Amino acid sequence: MADERAFALKIITPDRIFYEGDAIMVELRTTEGEIGVFKNHIPLTCVVAPGLLRIRESDKETKVAALISGFVEILQDSMTILAEVVEWSDEIDLARAEEAKERAEKRIMEKADDTDMRRAECALQRSIARIEAAKK
Amino acid sequence: MASMRDIKRRKTSIQSTQQITKAMKLVSTVKLQRAKTRAERSKAYFNCMYETIKSIIRRTGQLDHPYLVRGGSDKKAVVVITSNRGLAGGYNSNIVKLVTGSEWKTGDILVYSVGKKGRDALKRHGYTVKSDFSEVINEPLYADAKEIADALLADYSAGEIGEIWLAYTGFKNTVSHIPTLIKLLPVDEEITKSADDEAGSGDVKDTDEADFRAKMNYEPEESEALELIIPKYIASIIYGALIEAVASENGARMQAMDSATSNAEEMISSLELQYNRARQGHITQELTEIIGGAEALSS
Repeated sequence: MADERAFALKIITPDRIFYEGDAIMVELRTTEGEIGVFKNHIPLTCVVAPGLLRIRESDKETKVAALISGFVEILQDSMTILAEVVEWSDEIDLARAEEAKERAEKRIMEKADDTDMRRAECALQRSIARIEAAKK
Repeated sequence: MASMRDIKRRKTSIQSTQQITKAMKLVSTVKLQRAKTRAERSKAYFNCMYETIKSIIRRTGQLDHPYLVRGGSDKKAVVVITSNRGLAGGYNSNIVKLVTGSEWKTGDILVYSVGKKGRDALKRHGYTVKSDFSEVINEPLYADAKEIADALLADYSAGEIGEIWLAYTGFKNTVSHIPTLIKLLPVDEEITKSADDEAGSGDVKDTDEADFRAKMNYEPEESEALELIIPKYIASIIYGALIEAVASENGARMQAMDSATSNAEEMISSLELQYNRARQGHITQELTEIIGGAEALSS
């Protein structure tokens, strides 16, 4: 049952092939903003920012994952995500993500001299992405 | 000739050694299988990563990016991946030889070691060990590789080191492991050259793909993307090297233990022969003595 709107999506991590199959639309966040990808997209390579990854497989089914880092290569009829860190929504430890979020927020609020602000903000973004994905 | 008791004692001792080597062989066989599947699973990632880097560099040509031109320092950082434990045949010493046998001056090298054996050997040879990540090799994770890569890149950006090399044992198959020394940074000639080669030659399919990739757009633009992607690239190469090294280590240990076991087998059988001979000699001697004694009595 080949849907003509579908294109091949492959998500690879250093440890495993995370996902391989057809998708109608993929939504994710890049360093430049959120993008949605359909078939026949212009060739594009972009760098991932922590956020939600939504894979619409058919009109009914949508899979959700937290995509933390990596980069994406989009070609006309295929898309490859080289992900350093990516987790399905049901794999995420929500309690741990909440904890991480609180910790990061506290660090940012306190603004101690030795706090690495960039790092704290990254940590905050990561935990927010995880929480969002887990709640979907 | 050694006495019967000596031979027996030696035989038992070799037998217990053989039991140990046999067990070690079994353990490393299992570990090898696991490491091998891991290495195979992660291959897709690196191939893809390599292709992407290559196409970016091919498109951008000669950039004046710090990751692409040689750093200011003469120092070379060498990431040396060995094992924490011995009894793996020539596995560790081959890597050490690779570093000591190179034309580099000892003083120009800063060692970033993964694995105690390589670290200690290089220290004895007078090399400076800058940092040590030995605990990583027990169970390499991508996060560990990233940590090593970050440390390297920080020193590289700070101008402490001008080049980054990687010495590890490549895993070709179960019996052949190749000590490899590759350059990580600056990513200049090799990738660009192989990219040129491919663009030059290549059949229809290649050029098709090249066309396709030539139309690639980058967001953020190439040089910025490169800045973000190269650290990932370095981390992934280090991760791949760690995984291959673990597979090679277990492969090397399996081989070493296999030959140790069969050597022990050989020694045991020759000792058994000696033992039997000694026993026979003992009996013959006793018999002669009895007969001699009886004759002396009867005469």
